[in-house]
Amino acid sequence: MKGSNLPFQGTVEQERQLRDKLAELKPQGGALMPALQYAQELYGYLPYEVQKIIAEELNVTLSDVYGVATFYSQFSLFPKGKYQIGICLGTACYVNGSGEIYDKLRNILGIESGECTLDRMFSLDATRCVGCCGMAPVMTVNGDVYGKVKADDVEGILSKYSAKESKNNG
Amino acid sequence: MDEKTLRKIKERLGSDIAARQAHLAKQNARFERQVLVCGGSGCSSGNSKKIYDEFAREIKEKSLIGKVNLVMTGCFGLCALGPVVIIYPEGSFYANVKLEHVEEIVDGHLVGGKPVKQLLYKETVNENGEITPLADTDFYRKQSRLALRNCGVIDPENIEEYIARDGYFALLKALNMPRGKIIEEVSDSGLRGRGGAGFLTGRKWKFTYDAQSDVKYVACNADEGDPGAFMDRSVLEGDPHVVLEAMSIAAYAVGANHGFIYVRAEYPVAVHRLQVAIKQSREVGLLGKNILNKNFDFDIEIRLGAGAFVCGEETALMTSIEGKRGEPRPRPPFPAVKGLRGKPTLLNNVETYANIPQIILNGSKWFSSVGTEKSKGTKVFALGGKIHNTGLVEVPMGTSLREIVYEIGGGIPQGKAFKAAQTGGPSGGCIPAELIDTEIDYESLQSIGSMMGSGGLIVMDEDNCMVDIAKFFLEFTVDESCGKCTPCRVGTKRLYEMLCKITDGKATLEDLDKMEELCHYIQDNSLCGLGQSAPNPVLSTLKYYRKEYEAHIVDKVCPAGVCKSLIRYEIDPDKCIGCNLCARNCSANAIRGTVKKPHVIDPEACIKCGICETVCRFKAIKKVGGKK
Ligand SMILES: Cc1cc2nc3c(=O)[nH]c(=O)nc-3n(C[C@H](O)[C@H](O)[C@H](O)COP(=O)(O)O)c2cc1C
Ligand code: SF4
Ligand code: SF4
Ligand code: FES
Ligand code: FES
Repeated sequence: MKGSNLPFQGTVEQERQLRDKLAELKPQGGALMPALQYAQELYGYLPYEVQKIIAEELNVTLSDVYGVATFYSQFSLFPKGKYQIGICLGTACYVNGSGEIYDKLRNILGIESGECTLDRMFSLDATRCVGCCGMAPVMTVNGDVYGKVKADDVEGILSKYSAKESKNNG
Repeated sequence: MDEKTLRKIKERLGSDIAARQAHLAKQNARFERQVLVCGGSGCSSGNSKKIYDEFAREIKEKSLIGKVNLVMTGCFGLCALGPVVIIYPEGSFYANVKLEHVEEIVDGHLVGGKPVKQLLYKETVNENGEITPLADTDFYRKQSRLALRNCGVIDPENIEEYIARDGYFALLKALNMPRGKIIEEVSDSGLRGRGGAGFLTGRKWKFTYDAQSDVKYVACNADEGDPGAFMDRSVLEGDPHVVLEAMSIAAYAVGANHGFIYVRAEYPVAVHRLQVAIKQSREVGLLGKNILNKNFDFDIEIRLGAGAFVCGEETALMTSIEGKRGEPRPRPPFPAVKGLRGKPTLLNNVETYANIPQIILNGSKWFSSVGTEKSKGTKVFALGGKIHNTGLVEVPMGTSLREIVYEIGGGIPQGKAFKAAQTGGPSGGCIPAELIDTEIDYESLQSIGSMMGSGGLIVMDEDNCMVDIAKFFLEFTVDESCGKCTPCRVGTKRLYEMLCKITDGKATLEDLDKMEELCHYIQDNSLCGLGQSAPNPVLSTLKYYRKEYEAHIVDKVCPAGVCKSLIRYEIDPDKCIGCNLCARNCSANAIRGTVKKPHVIDPEACIKCGICETVCRFKAIKKVGGKK
């Protein structure tokens, strides 16, 4: 899977924050989910290194942590791109053709749902109803919502973001 | 907080809120005009927050502060026309509002006193140019808003506006009632669970009340797993206090002092509004110790779900609240006996709770006068798919599917034919055109192979392939099966593979029988509702659209032209002028030909994206059904 072999880039400061939070959560019952939610927020994903810290601090096994992290789709074991693309595969969007847009995105980016491009620029997630079925089919980029998207529009939307990058770099 | 303070707040704000409902409401509000900007999820994604800010800026700039009341509300229902702004007392419904319209509306309507007609929802302006009441439009006329009564009316982040709409008066009343009487009232109302199964709410309360224990819990299921539905989300975003009040009433009735709301982390706005509501309630003492001086203690915690459909199942939900993998366990024991942390727990759905305060205030008879014999009250549906008026609708039980689709929903766009309505999400089924007059309630839907579910209602037209839809739902269940029991884990996978075989044109008619057999096996042998109901989308489509399955199998044709393996694209040599546009747009490099000569598509290379068909200016490219 693309993105799985990207090196871990966590900082000492992040690790300190995580350990502090874990110390605070530990005394409460059922701390594992809130801990994972916090860590996911902090790092953007839950790599092996982070799972290990959580297991250590909460005094649970690594396989417990892994078991919960992989059970819930909100948790990601792989990093997210600078631009996180979501394509809604909720029923209302699917009926209106979001499956085709999803295919197109996978084609163009060369990644599957849950993965990230090697340059860490784009990641792709197939999501469920984002609550704006009125604009189906819906695609999101870092929370910006694009409604009534057609497969033809996909390249244009993506190039908006890649153009932003080349501008930043040049 | 005590009764006197509640009444004072209601007195102070009551007229403002009352003036937000009727068309040309009598003007006794404290403001000349009230501007309601929709802050529901649909409109928010259309930037309604910026529109709100722009109104605020304009109102300040044009010295209208004190004269105009600007409010951000929850969903108005007609999300298809978002972002929506409604201005009272005229009840003018501005549709598809853009940032640049704000100044025009402020100048024309708020300053000039004349609604800007060209920006209004067409159906609210008659041929003489007069504004007609919103309540008379096709979309609203047949609805009755009970669970959604405050949605789109009050500011969800202002507890005083909720109180002004009789908020917390039901709690006050309940705290003066014997607990048995509260439960009786809920039982007599006939209210049934809106989370899917339709269990009698009063009976569930009674079980929890009867359970002997030092500690009991109440919980709210806001996991809303149906992947095309947003009813519960809209209630939480538009009226969070109604859930808190109802949970307090329930807690008092069954003898609990602690509550949990399990809400999807993917609903950040709902979570935020709940947090604000809980904080406000604690500050004024409507949550905490000695509530309303009635010697009743109660508090609520929020727990975030993390995107697992099975966690909506009650036993899985409770395991998940305990921080573990949310896997279901066998019942009995039921949560009412042994739930969270092994203690008796009352679990209800968001919409179920949203009905409670009105039942307490108006009585069980009032509630049970609406609906059908066995299904009382109203039901909220998230109407979506191939339909004009996508959005949130609430109708009395017993309303026919036809009324919802053609009157409220405004029918199917582009003059296409209605093909199916899907209710119940991944656990439900498809209802065909010949059953469109079905009057919706729990029993009627079940008897035609679907189910009420939580309220997703997706309309499909002739362009949707029913085999593909069944496959879509099965892919969902395969993904979401927790894997605990084999019939569900392996069975749904096999079922999905069989459907793929059909859409690939490789199945035989025998496979259909095998598939049906497998469906019944999964239904009968799975542990929880997810597995037990997973075959429903297959069984219902097999029942009503068998011909379509057979077309895939026998004729190797997908009649709707959806299944990729069974369609191909062809260029008509008589129409093609060889402009080469299609070839330049084909990402698969599948189109060959020299300029000014008819082009051809290489079927081996073609990925059937359909781009060429849309770019060709001479309509030379056509999708053809069936394998060559
Ligand atoms: C797989 C599965 C998913 C469910 N998802 C939900 C859900 O998202 N929301 C909900 O309220 N109930 C859901 N339910 C139903 C709950 O188990 C439970 O019956 C309901 O929350 C009880 O509340 P009610 O009686 O008020 O409907 C689900 C059930 C199953 C089997
Ligand atoms: S039926 Fe499916 S989801 Fe339910 S417990 Fe069994 S494997 Fe898990
Ligand atoms: S359908 Fe797509 S892949 Fe096939 S020829 Fe047309 S543009 Fe190319
Ligand atoms: S199904 Fe896509 S936004 Fe609702
Ligand atoms: S979200 Fe604005 S009308 Fe539904």
